[in-house]
Amino acid sequence: MPDLTGSPGPRRFAGPERPEATGRPGGAGAPGRETVPAGAQVPGRPAGTSGPAGPAGPEPGVPAAERVIATLAGFAGTLRAAGVAADQERAAAFLRACAQLGAGERMAVYWAGRLTLCARPEDLPRYDRCFTAYFGGERPRPGRPAQPAVTVIRHTLAPPSGHGAPPDEAEDRTAAATASRAETLRHRDVARLTPAELAEVHRMLALLHARRERRRSRRLTPARAGRPDARRTVREALRRGGEPDRLRRRAPRTRPRRVVMLVDVSGSMAPYADTLLRFAHALVRAEPRATEVFSVGTRLTRITPGLRHRDPGRAMREVSAAIPDWSGGTRLGEELKAFLDRGPGARGAVVVIASDGWERGDPALLGRQMARLSRLARRVIWVNPHKGQEGYRPLTGGMRAALPYCQALVAGHSLAAFEELAGRLSHA
Amino acid sequence: MREAIRASDIESPARLAELLGEHAYLADEGLATACFLALRMGRPLFLEGEAGVGKTELAKTLAAVLGAPLIRLQCYEGLDAAQALYDWDFARQLLHLKAAEATGATGATEAARLEGELYDRRFLIARPLLRALETWPSVLLVDEVDRADDEFEAFLLEVLSDFTITVPELGTISARTPPVVVVTSNRTRDVHDALKRRCLYHWLEHPAFDREVAILRARLPACTETLAAQVAAAAGRLRAAGLVKPPGVAETLDWAEALLTLGAHDLDPGLAAATLGAVLKYREDQEAALRDGVLGHA
Repeated sequence: MPDLTGSPGPRRFAGPERPEATGRPGGAGAPGRETVPAGAQVPGRPAGTSGPAGPAGPEPGVPAAERVIATLAGFAGTLRAAGVAADQERAAAFLRACAQLGAGERMAVYWAGRLTLCARPEDLPRYDRCFTAYFGGERPRPGRPAQPAVTVIRHTLAPPSGHGAPPDEAEDRTAAATASRAETLRHRDVARLTPAELAEVHRMLALLHARRERRRSRRLTPARAGRPDARRTVREALRRGGEPDRLRRRAPRTRPRRVVMLVDVSGSMAPYADTLLRFAHALVRAEPRATEVFSVGTRLTRITPGLRHRDPGRAMREVSAAIPDWSGGTRLGEELKAFLDRGPGARGAVVVIASDGWERGDPALLGRQMARLSRLARRVIWVNPHKGQEGYRPLTGGMRAALPYCQALVAGHSLAAFEELAGRLSHA
Repeated sequence: MREAIRASDIESPARLAELLGEHAYLADEGLATACFLALRMGRPLFLEGEAGVGKTELAKTLAAVLGAPLIRLQCYEGLDAAQALYDWDFARQLLHLKAAEATGATGATEAARLEGELYDRRFLIARPLLRALETWPSVLLVDEVDRADDEFEAFLLEVLSDFTITVPELGTISARTPPVVVVTSNRTRDVHDALKRRCLYHWLEHPAFDREVAILRARLPACTETLAAQVAAAAGRLRAAGLVKPPGVAETLDWAEALLTLGAHDLDPGLAAATLGAVLKYREDQEAALRDGVLGHA
């Protein structure tokens, strides 16, 4: 992110200077021209829709207070449209902060907004871009809808020879036949299914009951057996006039163990990525607070929020919009490093890496990062769709570098394989 | 050290930065503005950033500037109300009861009076959050909130949103003037948005070279300009070297102090290698640094 601290000092908004258009997005120190009083720079939509938040306005004495409020509230609306968590409550705080710092100073407005409207580091570059666009004289882009109107789920499937049965033929099957068909489907490689069959596999995947292994928490709850609970025992005794009744106890409770899944979305994984993401969706839905999913390719992307939607179709739409690097190359080593540098998200978790191990980068780097990962994670499970094929050997450079640090290498090519993987996550 | 200053007397972020500077904490414009708004708006300050960038230190320095006690709550998994908010002093309550018994207090009216006495404020033990509400001025540091679990976040939310604590037996205790609150997080997990929404959010970065030199000079008066510049430059190179754990300001300070203790006047490669343990805490990182020659001044 740009260096915000070294900016050349506050500029007056109301100054007569014209902007020399610096192309640097997010340059907070970029000079701006008069903005706050200029109604023309409020985005096209009426100010009322973005909600100039109620009671908290700047102090009287600020010129044209209402227009200033509308402009500032409009800025919060622009940020919301760009995906920053700038909700009504934060917008109100933003206005209060501006009132404290003075809305006439560019840097004051910059910091007031950054401190009140942002909630995570990822928001900051977006904030900088929006700030430059909104207050820098450019017209802000029209609000992007939360999800794209067009569905971009890729079924990059090579239709196998024979092209499947015509759909009408499948109509008059008995229940038994359906069951046996489902049974066959369970074991078939998803890359070789017709779109209709794949859709059925996905339906079954959505029904997958993904139970989760549990770990002992350090939080204690009342229990029949366990260590004595002095607080409750004495509280009971006080209720009886100081006469102790019986010893109360408490014991640690359990919580679901965290699972972190990294899904390779590079070109070589394209036939499996969609199904893997649907499996990830089933995991997230089962334990939303104890699951994290990232896509890896050329860029590590956290896709957990999109996967929290109940409806698989909606979740897949969100995720496909969020992933910037579909079907590119793979630099697993670098991205694993980015994941580990991001914070100790792997600590104590079961880490599932779904990839074929076609590493474009240096396998030695991947090896080092896997070593790091294996020291943090509870277990590392590698899912390789090609493992389901007969005669598979982990020969790719990436696979060879990573394998010594994995507790398990499992197949991930069919529904049955996914059920097996889910079983591995449900108990240690 | 100057004497305590009231929060309302600090007229601008720049003035606050000056005051923090007098206590050897050099805040940049963003951080000074964040603290200023936290004081003025009575909002908690939510600080995130890499380990060792000075999050905890900021709270300590703010307390020193305001002449207020620092009340610290270190978070961990399983932290519960009895450790964070308040607890009843059961031993004393029982003692009180026995004493009343010994003096022969009986009858319905006596019992009711006794019960009232048992849940008196003097039997309530204030834990950090309650203590912060009852102390003014004070600086409350909720350290590493990401280490606590969501149950803790729920009651922290209640305290931070209206600065009140409800004790069922006693009633609601509220702060006459809210304390200055600093919440820190290392981002081991995402803290719930409801909590963040009530706070000012600031992301702390590693300081730029000039600032780091200034910090070294301010914190370690014995450190010469040359040594400070060399240490800061080496720290900058280490941060860019893609290590497992890039050093924070805390590590840079430790390193400079270690060098000073050994009587160094400048960073010669031999001494640097010998004191590497003060700045890099992973074996791979130390090996990488020595191998790539990041330390020595070329």
